[in-house]
Amino acid sequence: MLSPPTTCYLLLLQAHRSQRGFFEFPNHGSPQAKGDKTNGSDFGYVGIDAILEQMRRKAMKQGFEFNIMVVGQSGLGKSTLMNTLFKSKVSRKSVQPNPEERIPKTIEIKSISHDIEEKGVRMKLTVIDTPGFGDQINNENCWQPIMKFINDQYEAYLQEEINIDRKKRIPDSRVHCCIYFIPPTGHCLRPLDVEFMRRLSKVVNIVPVIAKADTLTLEERDYFKQTIREELRANGIDVYPQKEFDEDAEDRMINDKIREMIPFAVVGSDQEYQVNGKRILGRKTKWGTIEVENIAHCEFAYLRDLLIRTHMQNIKDITGSIHYETYRVRRLNESNGHFTPHPSDHPLWRNLCNCYPMQMFWFFFFKLPTK
Amino acid sequence: PKVSERVRPLSLAGHVGFDSLPDQLVNKSICQGFCFNILCIGETGIGKSTLMDTLFNTNFENFESSHFEPQVKLRAQTYDLQESNVRLRLTVVNTVGFGDQMNKQESYQPVVDYIDRQFESYLQEELKIKRSLHNYHDSRVHACLYFISPSGHSLKSLDLVTMKKLDSKVNIIPVIAKADTISKSELHKFKIKIMSELVSNGVQIYQFPLDDETVAKVNTTMNGHLPFAVVGSTEEVSVGNKMVKARQYPWGVVQVENENHCDFVKLREMLICVNMEDLREQTHTRHYELYRRCKLEEMGFKDTDPECKPVSLQQTYEAKRQEFLVELQKREDEMRQMFVQRVKEKEAELKEAERELQSRFEHLKRIHADEKATLEEKKRLLDEDQSSFSKRRAAAQLLQAQSLTANGKKDKDRKK
Repeated sequence: MLSPPTTCYLLLLQAHRSQRGFFEFPNHGSPQAKGDKTNGSDFGYVGIDAILEQMRRKAMKQGFEFNIMVVGQSGLGKSTLMNTLFKSKVSRKSVQPNPEERIPKTIEIKSISHDIEEKGVRMKLTVIDTPGFGDQINNENCWQPIMKFINDQYEAYLQEEINIDRKKRIPDSRVHCCIYFIPPTGHCLRPLDVEFMRRLSKVVNIVPVIAKADTLTLEERDYFKQTIREELRANGIDVYPQKEFDEDAEDRMINDKIREMIPFAVVGSDQEYQVNGKRILGRKTKWGTIEVENIAHCEFAYLRDLLIRTHMQNIKDITGSIHYETYRVRRLNESNGHFTPHPSDHPLWRNLCNCYPMQMFWFFFFKLPTK
Repeated sequence: PKVSERVRPLSLAGHVGFDSLPDQLVNKSICQGFCFNILCIGETGIGKSTLMDTLFNTNFENFESSHFEPQVKLRAQTYDLQESNVRLRLTVVNTVGFGDQMNKQESYQPVVDYIDRQFESYLQEELKIKRSLHNYHDSRVHACLYFISPSGHSLKSLDLVTMKKLDSKVNIIPVIAKADTISKSELHKFKIKIMSELVSNGVQIYQFPLDDETVAKVNTTMNGHLPFAVVGSTEEVSVGNKMVKARQYPWGVVQVENENHCDFVKLREMLICVNMEDLREQTHTRHYELYRRCKLEEMGFKDTDPECKPVSLQQTYEAKRQEFLVELQKREDEMRQMFVQRVKEKEAELKEAERELQSRFEHLKRIHADEKATLEEKKRLLDEDQSSFSKRRAAAQLLQAQSLTANGKKDKDRKK
C-alpha cells in the first residue's frame, strides 16, 4: 500500500548567506538581511535555515543542565577549582554554614545545585563532591561508593524513561563529567589513581587534572604529564575525549591536540590581584603572582575552554548516548536473564528474549493469531 | 544519596563562557542534519504537489494520480535539501485517491494507519536493548496539511470526520486550496465558517505556540488567519520588472508571494521559518507520548497496580511470562494431540490401502492360477495331439519305406 520512501536528490537551494556559530562558508555575493525575502534576486529563499534560530530559542527557554563531579584527596584544591571555573561560590564548602575541615570516616557523596545565568543562557549546575576519597588508611574499594552513585543516577533516568506516563523532560541527574585530581608528585600515577580511573573511565567521562600545579616547574610538569599519559595508555584507560568517539577527521584533529595536553596542570584561585593594571585571578606568593588564566603559567584556561566553552555539549552527548546506553543495555539484559530457566522453557521464548526487550516481545505475542 | 533538591540562584563574578552552549548545541545539530515530515491530505487534483513544490522551491517528483483508485493510498518520498549550512531530510507524504471513492467511510483509515506505523517504528527502536536513536531516521509525521476544497460554503463531512480522527495524532494545519477561486469577502466568511465548524465539532487543530515572547505576537496574529488560503505555482510571470511565482489569467495575475492575493507567505513563515522546531517537539512530546502510553497500556503494562503501588516492570513481566508459558504449553499440547490424531488417521489409511492391495493380489493370483490351469490343459491336449501325430507320422513313414522297398524289388525282378 505504501511505496517505500526513496532517498534521492540532493537539491541545493540558492545559498542564503548567514554567519552564525562557528562555521564560515563561502560568500555568495552581497550579504542579504534575513528579513529581505521579497527582494527580486532572492528567489531561492525558503527559510529552512531559520530552524537554527528556532532551536536556539528553544534551548534558551528550556535552559541547560550540567552535572560535574570532583574526585581527589582532600587538600588538592577541588573546591577552589570549581569556584574558579564557574566564577562563583559553587562548591559545597562555600555553601555549608559552618565549614568544618574534618575528614570524613567514609567516602561521602555530596551534591549541590545552582541556577546560574550568563547572557540569557540559564544553566542548572550541579557540583558533586566526594569528601573522604583517598583519605582513609585503607583505600581499597574507594571507587565503589562513587561508582554506585553514578549508576544510581543512570538507574533513576532509566526508571523514568520506561514509565508509561513519563515526564516531558526527564530530569537529568547523570554525572556528565568527573574531574580527577592527581596530586603533583611529579613522578607517576599512584595505584589508587590507576585503579579509580581504570574502573570509572568505563562508566563516565573522566578528565584528569594535575592539582596545585604551581609546585612543578615547566620541565617537571612536562615530564609528569608524559609519564601519566604513558601510564594511562599502558593501563588501557580512556579519558575524555575518547579516541573511539571522534566523529570525523575534523573532530579527531581537534581532539588529538587536546589528548596531547592531558592531563591539564591547573591552579585555582578566587582571589583577584592587580597585575599590570588589570585585575586578574591569581595566587600571590613571595616570589611572584601566579595568574590563573595565563596559559604561560598554568593550563586552567585550556581546562575551562574544554569543559565549558567548546566541549560541554559533546560531554553531555557522550554521557547520554554512550555511557547511559551501555548501562541500559547491561541492565535490560540482566533483567531478561534474571529469571532462572524454566525446565519447559520454550526455545522460542529464549530466542525472542535475546533479540528484543520485554515490551517488544509482548508486542509479538499480542499479534499471534487467536484460535 | 540523591542529588540535593535545594537549588540556589547564584550570580557570576566574571565571564565563564557557557553562553556558548546554544551555539554548541546548534553546531551539533548542523552536523547531524534535520528531519521534517509533512503529510498532505486532500482530494485528487486539489494542488498538494504544486503547493509543496512552491513551498520548497523545487520540483519534487510528481505523478498525476488517477481518480479511479479503489482505496486511499499514501505515497511518501524523501529528499535531501540544503540551504546555506542546514541539511534537511524532508519527507513529503501525499494521499492518493482521497475523496474519489463512492463510499468514503473508510477513507481516513489508511492515513491513521500510516501515522501509527511511524510511531510504532519509533517505539520499537526506543524499546530495543541495543538502540541507536541518534542515527534513527525519524519518519513520524510532524505536520499535516489538510487541504480544504474552495467551495466557499463549509467543510465537507469527510473533512470533519478525517480531521477528528487525526487531531490527537498529528499537528493539523488546515489550508484552503486553490484560493484564487474565492473572492475576498467570500473568503472571509468561509474562514469564519470553517473555524466555527471545527470548534463545534471539537477538532483540535495545531495552534502556533504563544509561550515564547519573541514569537508570541506573530503567532497570535497568524492563529487568527487560519485556515490559510493558499495558491501554489512554480511558473514565473513577469510583473513590473520582476519575475514572480504566479498564475496568469486573462483577467489578471495571481501572485503567490503577494500577501494581498493569498496567505502563501504566511503559511511558509509559520510552517518553516518560525515553528518547524515546535511542530517537531509537539509531535515527539505530545502525540508520540500519547501513542506510546496507549500502546503500552494496551499491552497490559501499568505504572501502578490497583492499590496504587508502583508496579515494577519486572513483576508484570514475570506474570505475563507465566501466562505466556501456560498458553504456549496449551498450544503445544493441542498441536501434539492433533499430530497424534493425524498419525492415527494416516495409519488407518495405510492399513486400508494395504488390505486392498492384498485382496487385489489374491485376486490376481487366482486369475493367474486359473489361466495356468487352462494353459496346462491346452498343453496336455497339444502334447497328446503331438504324440499321436508323431505316432501317425512314424507309421506313415514306415509304410512309405516298406512300399519303396517293395517297389524296388519289383523293379529288380523285372530287369532280370
